[in-house]
Amino acid sequence: MNKLAKPVMVLASILLVSLFFLPMWNITLLAPQYPDGVEMHIYINKIGGSSPGTLQNVNILNHYIGMKKIEPDSIPELKYMPSIIVFFIVFGLLTAVLNKKWLFATWFIAFTLVLCIGLYDFYLWEYDYGHSLDANAPMKFDDESFQPPLIGRKVILNFVAISMPHIGGYLVALSLSLSAVAFWLSTKNTKIIAS
Amino acid sequence: MKFILTSNLYTMRSQTRIFVLALAIMIGGLIYFNGCQTGAKQAAGGALSADAASAVYVAPGEYDEFYGFMSGGFSGQVSVYGIPSGRLLKVIPVFSQDAEKGYGYNEETKPLLNTSFGFIPWDDAHHPELSQTKGETDGRWLFINGNNTPRIARIDLTTFETAEIIEIPNSGGNHSSPFTTENTEYVVAGTRFGVPYPQKDVEIASYAENFKGMLTYVKVGAEGEMDIAFQVLLPAFDYDLAHSGKGNSHGWTFFTSYNTEQKHNLLEVNASQNDKDFIAAVNWKKAEEYIAQGKFKEMPANYCVNRYSESTHMATSETKKTVKVLIPEECPGLVYFLPTPKSPHGVDVDPTGEYIIGNGKLSADLTVHSFTNMIKAIDNKDFETTIAGVPVLKYESVIGGTVVKPGLGPLHTEFDNNGNAYTTFFISSEVVKWKLGTWEVLDRIPTYYSVGHLMIPGGDSRKPDGKYLIALNKITKDRYLPTGPEMNHSAQLYDISGDKMKLLLDFPTIGEPHYAQGIAASKIVSKSKKIYPIEENKHPYRALGEKETKVVREGNVVHVYMTTIRSHFAPDNIEGIKVGDKVYFHVTNLEQDFDVPHGFAVQGAQNAELLIMPGQTETMYWEPQREGVFPFYCTDFCSALHQEMQGYVRVSGKSSNLPLKWSLGEPES
Ligand SMILES: [Cu+2]
Repeated sequence: MNKLAKPVMVLASILLVSLFFLPMWNITLLAPQYPDGVEMHIYINKIGGSSPGTLQNVNILNHYIGMKKIEPDSIPELKYMPSIIVFFIVFGLLTAVLNKKWLFATWFIAFTLVLCIGLYDFYLWEYDYGHSLDANAPMKFDDESFQPPLIGRKVILNFVAISMPHIGGYLVALSLSLSAVAFWLSTKNTKIIAS
Repeated sequence: MKFILTSNLYTMRSQTRIFVLALAIMIGGLIYFNGCQTGAKQAAGGALSADAASAVYVAPGEYDEFYGFMSGGFSGQVSVYGIPSGRLLKVIPVFSQDAEKGYGYNEETKPLLNTSFGFIPWDDAHHPELSQTKGETDGRWLFINGNNTPRIARIDLTTFETAEIIEIPNSGGNHSSPFTTENTEYVVAGTRFGVPYPQKDVEIASYAENFKGMLTYVKVGAEGEMDIAFQVLLPAFDYDLAHSGKGNSHGWTFFTSYNTEQKHNLLEVNASQNDKDFIAAVNWKKAEEYIAQGKFKEMPANYCVNRYSESTHMATSETKKTVKVLIPEECPGLVYFLPTPKSPHGVDVDPTGEYIIGNGKLSADLTVHSFTNMIKAIDNKDFETTIAGVPVLKYESVIGGTVVKPGLGPLHTEFDNNGNAYTTFFISSEVVKWKLGTWEVLDRIPTYYSVGHLMIPGGDSRKPDGKYLIALNKITKDRYLPTGPEMNHSAQLYDISGDKMKLLLDFPTIGEPHYAQGIAASKIVSKSKKIYPIEENKHPYRALGEKETKVVREGNVVHVYMTTIRSHFAPDNIEGIKVGDKVYFHVTNLEQDFDVPHGFAVQGAQNAELLIMPGQTETMYWEPQREGVFPFYCTDFCSALHQEMQGYVRVSGKSSNLPLKWSLGEPES
């Protein structure tokens, strides 16, 4: 077994700590009246933005077309996501300590699965916000969906909505890649490197 | 005026010059009056080079390089322009009520206009002055004087709002003010009119005996807060303008004076007799020593200090009752008089701090004193005489140079960063560029018409930005499309980056800009506030969410705790108000987005609208006079549903028992 597998796995796990203070996802709304754009930052435990007022500003914009108010307190994911991340950090560190090939593989597969479910869940939320509109909304647009894109850009009325991972999201990808590398290294014979 | 000027000029042995001048005026006049037919207007702007338009063109969406702050004169305001475009960016209400912003009408800002005479909703604002650090403009605050009911205001340059106004006691017209010291240790306030000290009922003819002239030093604290440190009691001359020293001369302030004749009537003649008036040089570091030694008199006074708190969004007014007065007889070395020819107006200190320019407005030459010579003269006791304990230094000992016959009616001088000075000439209507040290005239350019002050960004600091010069004119005449008898005053922008001054732009200004200040935009832009964080709002009648809105009755006083957010008021239906109630609408703008103010207006209000910035609370006082149902609405087009941003207040008869009731309608389902 390669000596490097351990530190790489530790790094993969530690990277996830960043999710407690760096946003994972970014939804940017662009319109002429918003020269700086409205940037909504999605963390594992809260929803923030480029300014303290971002969430309120997004809700004000959304209320004209009857979209639901985004209320972090009523999004259960923001409550349990931190525990899942803590779990993967501990699990990852354990994997590094125990240094078993199957543990590396399990961590990688489990984390991939969780991320896929997470993305699907995110899509469902976006679908819900985009489609369950208040019948009393001041502005009504038949056959229009206001669902933001899962990833990429989309024109929604006067706004261009851009949905992309934020720095935390990229660090998650890096963490996942590192865990794959760790697994790969764990399958290598040390002797090969040494000789 | 004409008589004095003529007699004065005759004494100067310059008949030839007068003849040439008269000829020039006649020819100029002819061309001017034939202007319509001959297209002489083009001749006046003929100096315009082809690239002037592109030099002042700031493309849509681009920013100007400098902020220009111009006093509003009798408008009592400050107007903010972009330089070089000449675009008006904002009008900041200071000494005058401004219905547009509710300033001086809403309950929060009324105390700013409080004085020992009560609420004074107007003043005559003359000289804006930027705060400085190490002699350089720092973009923290802008000070400006109120001349009529003596005051100094401080504008916060993170919000561009008036943050403080302090009244100056024992003053009769706060004109030589608020010029700052090198690190904004002090701003000064010299009285333009001699007044009895202490103020009392005396015969006006007893001027020489009873009247005094007080110079005031206002301490500026770390947060900008102003307080009177001390006053210096001087003879009742008219202290006209001032500038503090810099570099070597840091620690001194120079005040011009006229009417050293101490006359009290027909001043245009009587105050123009002395061959020389004085520049009073005050050693304020010495004053600090005397204060520390207790060599002051604690004298009764009566003045207000009004401060606006950004946390409560409210101003409070405090009355103070004493002031420390220093008397030159008892404080040797505190003040010296520098004889300066013929009623000097502006006094300007060059960027090195060595030269003190006395712009003798009735003098043919421009007098330049040398600080080094002044200190030598003081050390050598080169005194002509002593007036009221103030040594008068010998003119020959302090003079540093003379600019010979540069023009007629010099008023003010500013500087560039290449050792050049620029002086305005009111009578000959021109700006003249001359060299410090050699005193030679380098260039001259006409102004349209009769320039007063001039402004070069940083032009009265240690670090001028010698790129643009603005002439602030007193007479407009034919410069713009006619607008009836009253015209806005005109300003001209010149490029001074080359050897020759070039006219670039001509634009109208608000009120009467006396002085102006300019500063690189980069020193301010990044500090400019966009919103007030709502969680920091400590207004006693705030409502930090719709859940906190309510209507509370205390006898016949009713407090409405109201909020605004796009696009509704909460509450928007109010009942149970009675005729004769005293109603206070405390409106909190819950918005936290840049440039989303909401307005508030209610029918029959005898003041003005509210214009509430995001995160702010403002209060309107309303006395319902009649029974009925009265609408209120948002006055600032805030959103697509702005027009729906409205509500009703029901007013019942005096004896009605209708209980208070308020609501924000749930959408009907
Ligand atoms: Cu509104």
